[in-house]
Amino acid sequence: MTLANVPFPNATPANAHLAAVPLSVPAHVAVAGGLREKIAIRDLDFFYGDSRALKAITVPLYANKVTAFIGPSGCGKSTLLRILNRMYDLYPNQRAVGEVMLDGENILDPGQDLNLLRARIGMVFQKPTPFPMTIYENIAFGIRLYENVGKSELDDRVESALRRSALWDEVKDKLGANGQSLSGGQQQRLCIARTVAVRPEVILLDEPCSALDPISTARIEELIDGMKDDYTIVIVTHNMQQAARVSDYTTFMYLGEMIEFGETATMFTTPSDKRTQDYITGRFG
Amino acid sequence: MSDLHTTRAFDEDLQELTRMVSEMGGLAEKEIADAVDALAQRDTELAQRVTALDATIDRLQYEIEERAVLTIARRQPMAIDLREIVAALRLANDLERIGDLAKNIAKRVIALNADFPPPNLIRGVEHMSELVLGQLQAALDSFVRRDVAKAMEVWRSDEEIDAVCTSVFRELLTYMMEDPRNISFCIHLLFCAKNIERMGDHATNIAETVHYMIEGRPITDQRPKVDVTAAFVAMSDGGRG
Repeated sequence: MTLANVPFPNATPANAHLAAVPLSVPAHVAVAGGLREKIAIRDLDFFYGDSRALKAITVPLYANKVTAFIGPSGCGKSTLLRILNRMYDLYPNQRAVGEVMLDGENILDPGQDLNLLRARIGMVFQKPTPFPMTIYENIAFGIRLYENVGKSELDDRVESALRRSALWDEVKDKLGANGQSLSGGQQQRLCIARTVAVRPEVILLDEPCSALDPISTARIEELIDGMKDDYTIVIVTHNMQQAARVSDYTTFMYLGEMIEFGETATMFTTPSDKRTQDYITGRFG
Repeated sequence: MSDLHTTRAFDEDLQELTRMVSEMGGLAEKEIADAVDALAQRDTELAQRVTALDATIDRLQYEIEERAVLTIARRQPMAIDLREIVAALRLANDLERIGDLAKNIAKRVIALNADFPPPNLIRGVEHMSELVLGQLQAALDSFVRRDVAKAMEVWRSDEEIDAVCTSVFRELLTYMMEDPRNISFCIHLLFCAKNIERMGDHATNIAETVHYMIEGRPITDQRPKVDVTAAFVAMSDGGRG
């Protein structure tokens, strides 16, 4: 089965280039039942006041895959990421028009329960943002917000989240220490632990390694690789090599438009659009 | 590439690699021409110079590899840039092999010493080497100019070399059957012809690499191929019958 067979509903002229890209997926993916669109972004426009920051974006985000958004600064990739959990709702004069279907349900719908949505779609930011509380509380806080769990179950959930984010061995003896006392790389993994603790379905990573050293970056990349069995992951990164290393699919955006979407291996070796090639080879941007 | 990188030093790295490969190509061409000249003119001194030239080619290959590895480590190239570097590595490899094959011809010239074959027999080998030189020049040209059409032309026209090689094989076989005293130089000549035929294969490899470098995928067409060995076997069977 090829990606071309995956239906692209609403194949409008604006997104016709998507269907035209002949993509093939590894055989084992096809055997595993093909690709499922966890989130289907269709004809999405975004406005900051009158300025149109995103133009008719159509892109699939496949379940249990890592999709990278790349592009020069100001191309709209972070804007797109922020739409996925309705972060923009916090600001006036910002609006999204189009469809962002999460398991068939439009998250842009005004009736959408934002708290529930943000539990299903977790986000990790560029700079580590631990709460000014203990390591344990940093994680337990989110769980308590959404669920009513007993002390022993809470302990288990905290431990499992810290293990998932490969932080457990480093902090198990100091769970009572302040989260902000950890190193930058540890703080970022604490934020990932906090995100996975509420058992989301999708994890959004907004340049999660840009403030980290190479070893911490490698740990987070290793983590991303291990997490995709359970989550759908979307990562925005300025680091081309990182996108090539961690993602299965890559979306190249430029000036608010989606220029090319495809398998990462193809995008970084033989992109079909000249703008993609120029960007990934360092000829502009 | 017409478009330049934001980092100008990266462009310089890539240009330098291309320059080194074309320098190596020029030396390989000279090595072929000299080796065959040495054979045609029974010039053992020239043959010795050819063996010395091969050492220079080997050193250039090493330098190209070093520079390519350094460029990959320093720039983390992607897409066309990465393919250009991989192509330079592959071309250096093919050119080094071509050099070795030419050196082998030169060594045979030295080994033949006074026992030289008649000039008309050498003419066939010379003709082969002219064809191969033409192919190699065109292949290298397609690399430097990033000309995929030219590379495809080279890739398609290896047949003629194979055909001439077959006819040289037949001629040599006739000589060997005529008089066993001819066998020694005929065998040497046979290997020379085979060496040149293999240089042609390397020129074809270069053309394939250029296609990959520009298009990002291997050639999928079918190439007509004359099987020299089969022709030779058929001929010798006919001789016995």
